[in-house]
Amino acid sequence: MKLTIKAASYFFSGFLVLAFMGAITCFAQIDHNITPYTKTMTSNIHGITGRAYGDGQMRPDVGVQLFRRYCVGCHGPQGNGEGENASWIDPKPRDFTVATFECRSTPTGTLPTDEDLFDSITRGFVTTNMPSWKALTVQDRADLIAMVKSFSPRWEKDKPGTPITIPPEPALTIESILRGRQNFDKLQCWKCHGPEGHGDGPSASTLTNDKGDPIRPYNFSTGTRFKCGATNQDLYRIFMTGLDGTPMPSFADVVKPDEAWDLVHFLRTLQVSLKTPELALFRKWVAAHPGQLKPIGQEQAP
Amino acid sequence: MQKKYVVLAALGLAVSSAHVLLGSPAKPAGSAVITGKVSYSGTPPKMKPIDMSKEPVCAKEHNPPDKTQNVVTGDTDALQWVVVYISAGDQGGAAPSAPVRFDQKGCMYLPHVLAMEVDQPLEIYSNDPVAHNIHPMPKINNEWNKSQPPGSPPIQTKWDKPEFIPVKCNIHPWMHGYFAVLRTSHYDITGEDGKFSLKGLPPGKYTVTAWQEQYGSQSQEVTITAGETKTVNFVFKVLPYSF
Repeated sequence: MKLTIKAASYFFSGFLVLAFMGAITCFAQIDHNITPYTKTMTSNIHGITGRAYGDGQMRPDVGVQLFRRYCVGCHGPQGNGEGENASWIDPKPRDFTVATFECRSTPTGTLPTDEDLFDSITRGFVTTNMPSWKALTVQDRADLIAMVKSFSPRWEKDKPGTPITIPPEPALTIESILRGRQNFDKLQCWKCHGPEGHGDGPSASTLTNDKGDPIRPYNFSTGTRFKCGATNQDLYRIFMTGLDGTPMPSFADVVKPDEAWDLVHFLRTLQVSLKTPELALFRKWVAAHPGQLKPIGQEQAP
Repeated sequence: MQKKYVVLAALGLAVSSAHVLLGSPAKPAGSAVITGKVSYSGTPPKMKPIDMSKEPVCAKEHNPPDKTQNVVTGDTDALQWVVVYISAGDQGGAAPSAPVRFDQKGCMYLPHVLAMEVDQPLEIYSNDPVAHNIHPMPKINNEWNKSQPPGSPPIQTKWDKPEFIPVKCNIHPWMHGYFAVLRTSHYDITGEDGKFSLKGLPPGKYTVTAWQEQYGSQSQEVTITAGETKTVNFVFKVLPYSF
């Protein structure tokens, strides 16, 4: 009689311990208690105001609720890129607490505009785990941008930079492409991107981003969309503002606007798997002038 | 005889009080000095030769190769490249307008650690025939990344918050330097003898801090009177590996 009760009590307490442990592991892993730096940040997208918290009217706390539904899994409840999915993906999700963003229309070292952030989440980042959020409404995305800004104190102290001026694109000529090619050689872009833009330059294998994770330079030959867009204007903007947080610097101080457009025209010829007018023009010229092109990355005057 | 001295003293007093009354923007000058030596105890890591074979133009300039610089020791047990500065007790003043200079030569940063004041102009020169990119990686100041191909003008910039900022070149991964942005004009960086000297201090109570890039900061409090020279030494416990 005694034995049975003792045994039963052991089983019962054992069951309680297991249930307790199960509950703890079940709930402890997923902490969606989102903790931004501030709850009063707003965004302005095409005249629409986005809010993370509060609205007073019909959309209370929409920004944070959207974030909890769509973003927290990767970007984490503290917005520092350490969501529960982060350890499984590469490149790692953006850390919003440092307020450093790759895709901006503003100079290196400055904050992006709300429109830049909006464009980024609308486009997504091809070749990463960040999808396009175009399916959400403009208001929803505006609210999410307000949420993104809520994680860093920098948005309260600094203003976004002044967007750079992109002059209209000049006519595409073979001279422009060849000048761009010379500049690609002189500026030594090939050190990282490789002489043919395959992302295999001598310095490519040692590149790391700000967090110390290995990062690859863009491989033009794949023809995939650039990190920050697909048009010639986007390409211009990429190297004239730099991709902050990565090894890609800004060339705004050392490249003049017309030289920049020459570079854009040349860089398109490196995307050998795309059908672009630049590539067609370049190929035609190369066929008509065999052996005239000096290989890139050869001359380094001591 | 006495009269002459009295006249001279009166003149001196008049001049110095006029100087003060006219509202000189300079910080109050002092005559006290805090001096000392930074040394290490334990076995330091061996600095390794840098392989610059990926940049032959620079590799040529270093024969024998330069060594890594994260823990540089000097004579006997001296520790080099330690920034020693007044971290408390110093009355701040306007930032100096004279720029400090940071050079890139032979794919190395010169100096390895550059100290400057908050808002002091900083000029970054490249003297190499190869492209560099300047990539400071601050956590408090704003991060930026700029290209400096051969023949480009110096980058003019400044930092508006005190911080020890690592700076690197992504193209040449062995290049490591530091900007020590400080709120005080009383600072020194130790050389081969590990010695430092903080001059021109008004009398008062100060906190002297020594910072080394791998081993962090150490502080000591010092009270000093006018014209006094006090010695403060720092000893960093080192470990035989780099991190």
